[in-house]
Formats: sequence, C-alpha cells, structure tokens
Amino acid sequence: MGFIGETVDSIKAIKIRQLLTQAITLGMIITSALIIWKALICVTGSESPVVVVLSESMEPGFQRGDILFLRMTKEPIRAGEIVVFSVDGRKIPIVHRAIKVHERGDTKEVDVLTKGDNNKIDDIVLYAEGQLWLHRHHIMGRAVGFLPYVGWVTIIMTEKPIIKYILIGALGLLVITSKD
Amino acid sequence: MHSFGYRANALLTFAVTILAFICAIASFSDNFSNQTPSAQIQILNINWFQKQPHGNDEVSLTLNVTADLQSLFTWNTKQVFAFVAAEYETSKNALNQVSLWDAIIPEKEHAKFWIQISNKYRFIDQGHNLRGKDFNLTLHWHVMPKTGKMFADKIVMSGYRLPNAYR
Repeated sequence: MGFIGETVDSIKAIKIRQLLTQAITLGMIITSALIIWKALICVTGSESPVVVVLSESMEPGFQRGDILFLRMTKEPIRAGEIVVFSVDGRKIPIVHRAIKVHERGDTKEVDVLTKGDNNKIDDIVLYAEGQLWLHRHHIMGRAVGFLPYVGWVTIIMTEKPIIKYILIGALGLLVITSKD
Repeated sequence: MHSFGYRANALLTFAVTILAFICAIASFSDNFSNQTPSAQIQILNINWFQKQPHGNDEVSLTLNVTADLQSLFTWNTKQVFAFVAAEYETSKNALNQVSLWDAIIPEKEHAKFWIQISNKYRFIDQGHNLRGKDFNLTLHWHVMPKTGKMFADKIVMSGYRLPNAYR
C-alpha cells in the first residue's frame, strides 16, 4: 500500500512545467530512436535494414528469433545470396537463398528463383499466381550479418500484444513518477 | 541513486553493451583466418538431355564432387553452406546461374568430402540454347557465423561442355 500511496502523492505533486519537461524528454527519446532508424535505412539502402527471422525455413543457419542485418547495393543479384523479398499481396517479407539467376544481357534485368535451405521445394508456391521468377524490385535487401536470439523480443511482442501494452504502460508510469 | 531499480538498470545496460562488443570482436576476428579451400568436380555422365514441352532445354547430370573446406571453419562458424552451380552465357542472357546441388556442413569434420550425386535441382535453361554449350561449374560456399558478418566466396572450374545433340 505504501508504494501506491507514494505514486498517488507524486502524481498530485506534479507541476505543469515539470510535466512539460518530462513530456518533451519522452518525445526526444522517441524521435531520436526514429532518427536512428531512418539513418539506418539510408546507410544500408534497404527499406528494412533489420529483420527478424520468423520461420524455420532457413534452419539450422537461421533460427526463429535471430535478427538479420540487410544491405541493398546496386550490385547484381547472384546465386547463393540470401535475399529478403516480399511478394505482391503478402505483408511479411521472406528470407531465402537465391538458387537460380538469369540475367538479361541487354537490360540487366534479372530473374531469380529462391528456396529456403530447410525446405524441400523451391519458392514457386510462395510467389504470386502465375509468377515464376522474382525481379529486382521484389528484393528488399541481402543479408550480410546476423545476431542470434535478439529477435525474440519482437516475436513475443507481436504474438502476445498484451505484453507490449504492459511494457509501454510501465515505462510511461516510470517516466511520470520519476523525480528527475 | 542507490535503489535497486537504478542498479539493475545500470547492470543491464552494461551487460548488453559488453555483449554487443564481444559479438563485434568475434565477427572481426574472422577476418584474420587463413582460408585455403580446394575442390574438384567431375561430370561422370550426362543422364539425359531433352527439350521439354514448354520449349526449354533440360539436362540431367551425374557429378562427382570432391572438396576440402576445412580451412573455412573458425571458432565463430556455425555452418558452411556449399553449393555447386552451373554458369553459362546465352544470346539472350548475359549470365545464367543454376544451382545443381547444395549441402549444409555443420562441422569441420564433415567439410572434407567426396560425393557422387545426380543434380538435386533441375538444370533448365530459359530457352533452348544448351546444345554444345560450354559452361563453368562453380563451387560456392557461404560461411554462416555464430554471430556477425557472413562471408562467401567460390572456386570456378571451367572447361565443361554439353553434348551437341539431345539424348
């Protein structure tokens, strides 16, 4: 009961100026996170510079919950590269390996077929109706590095959104009731 | 300033920073490994070579692949993904790469191998340009680390040729 009494007291004792300062500090933290994210998008050239591995289709190399760092350069796509692509009509990007590449001589356009390392068949079934190849505009980036286990935080927050709300609520409460 | 909350926060931040630093160093140390992989590929047999109903050439081969990829493994290596691709040029396409076979090598002991297989993935052209075609067989490898930067390289073996007529 003492903690709740203290919290209520501290909420009552807040003055307007202090409240505004804390709101601005919170706003600064959020916007600097956004700035870092946008800067990463610029530096890596990819729309999503970091992705979380969601399926087991690339095991044992990439497990569910690992995060991948992506990079997108002007260099041509070659077989063996691990590419992240999104199919028209599907929201979630897929991380698989390119196993076939056909590059046109004149236009430099490229047809790519992908397959997950752990899958028995290639990705034709995942592409849109009637689509046989991926093209450059489907591909959002190449995986260049990876960190294990860190992505579990995102997976837990996506699959059990209540934890996300609890976390944000607790953080908000902490900011409001802290004295500095 | 000395409450449990502040101390736990400081400890956690420090632990995460140190962990990130260790991962970066582990990945960086991979740059110093001395890598001398070797490989040989032999085509034992052209099983069949047809033009399919959809108009594209397809060929089925039996390959003999010998490789020693043991020097690619460092202490920060989780697995090595190796694959053999046929690479050739046609009048329409500047480059065609078709993966014929791949394997995941989880440990250094398995990285020195000799294997005889027919192609795992279908060798299909975009068109019917494969008769008498010269092509390269390339052994590619992708080193997937326990943490950090992935790197890849290949050995190109040239001098292979498909027959001039279908069989």
